Amino acid sequence: MNAMQFIDPHIHIASRTTDDLALMAKMGCVAVGEPAFWMGFDRSDAASFRDYFRQLTEWEPRRCANHGIQHFAWLGINAKEAENVAFARDVIALLPDFLTRPNVLGVGEIGLHKNTPNEMTTLLTLVDLALSTNEQMVFHTPHLADKHKGTRMILDMLAADARVDPTRVCIDHCEEHTIRMVLDGGYWAGITLYPTTKATPERAADMVEIHGPDRVLVNSSADWGPSNPLAVPEFIVAMRRRGHDDAVIRKLVYDNPIQFLRQSRNFSM
Amino acid sequence: MPPSAVETLDRDFLTLRSRLLDVAAALDRLDRAEGSIADDPRMRKIADAIEVLASPDENRTEQIQMIFSDEA
Repeated sequence: MNAMQFIDPHIHIASRTTDDLALMAKMGCVAVGEPAFWMGFDRSDAASFRDYFRQLTEWEPRRCANHGIQHFAWLGINAKEAENVAFARDVIALLPDFLTRPNVLGVGEIGLHKNTPNEMTTLLTLVDLALSTNEQMVFHTPHLADKHKGTRMILDMLAADARVDPTRVCIDHCEEHTIRMVLDGGYWAGITLYPTTKATPERAADMVEIHGPDRVLVNSSADWGPSNPLAVPEFIVAMRRRGHDDAVIRKLVYDNPIQFLRQSRNFSM
Repeated sequence: MPPSAVETLDRDFLTLRSRLLDVAAALDRLDRAEGSIADDPRMRKIADAIEVLASPDENRTEQIQMIFSDEA
């Protein structure tokens, strides 16, 4: 049986080896979405983001294409580096030059980390930029103890802006105590399959069984930490073990990503 | 047809057993370690979570997520 085709809508290819790409291709990956993120340490200069954005819009698409994988990017300044508002402002000033590049889908991953006022100030600036240029958005919700409060803060912020179309927004890294409020708000809910700090394939399958497959995306968020670029195929196996139809599984790992991503002007498959 | 409760238990029993042993081993490890953590607020959260596990409620996962959430 050929591997089921899948799209990983949130993975940090910049921190994965080419061997990972080869394995992902063999396991059925046909496209990835890569949001700009924290590279493991705080960058010292806003200008370094220029090279990072070039990496996401020039180098990684070529590296993925060598393995038959389409690469799409989201650009922004991540929540971790958003605390320094002046620094963040300098990075945000770079974005307009890059948002028009052919593989860019919108603004992301933006969000909150420790739910501070400075993080929210930066986030509001990013959201305003995204909405002024009609971009889609992908939101990072905080880890662990900060997640519930941070998710609530993000949703309240978005609800207060009449320009926001929830169907064009993904609230990522949802877990059991946040997914309901995200789906009830009309947003897309990303479930991240990542060890220790986020969900397992089994818990993701549970959430799908409880809340249904509509407006749900599953992703690996595989990055420089212990993480698994084959997490989405593991989810496929977990769902098959439970007897779910391939049609439902395909909806989650292929059709749903396309339905969400095709709202971006630069998405085509 | 979704699996029955018995089929689900047949499938998940060994995983459940293994993870319960992991939790038990971690608690034993804490007991063996030097010093007292009786007043550590994290131990209260762990105790509350274990209480939820032993309850008949259906939304244990969500309850435990909220136990470990900071709403301040």
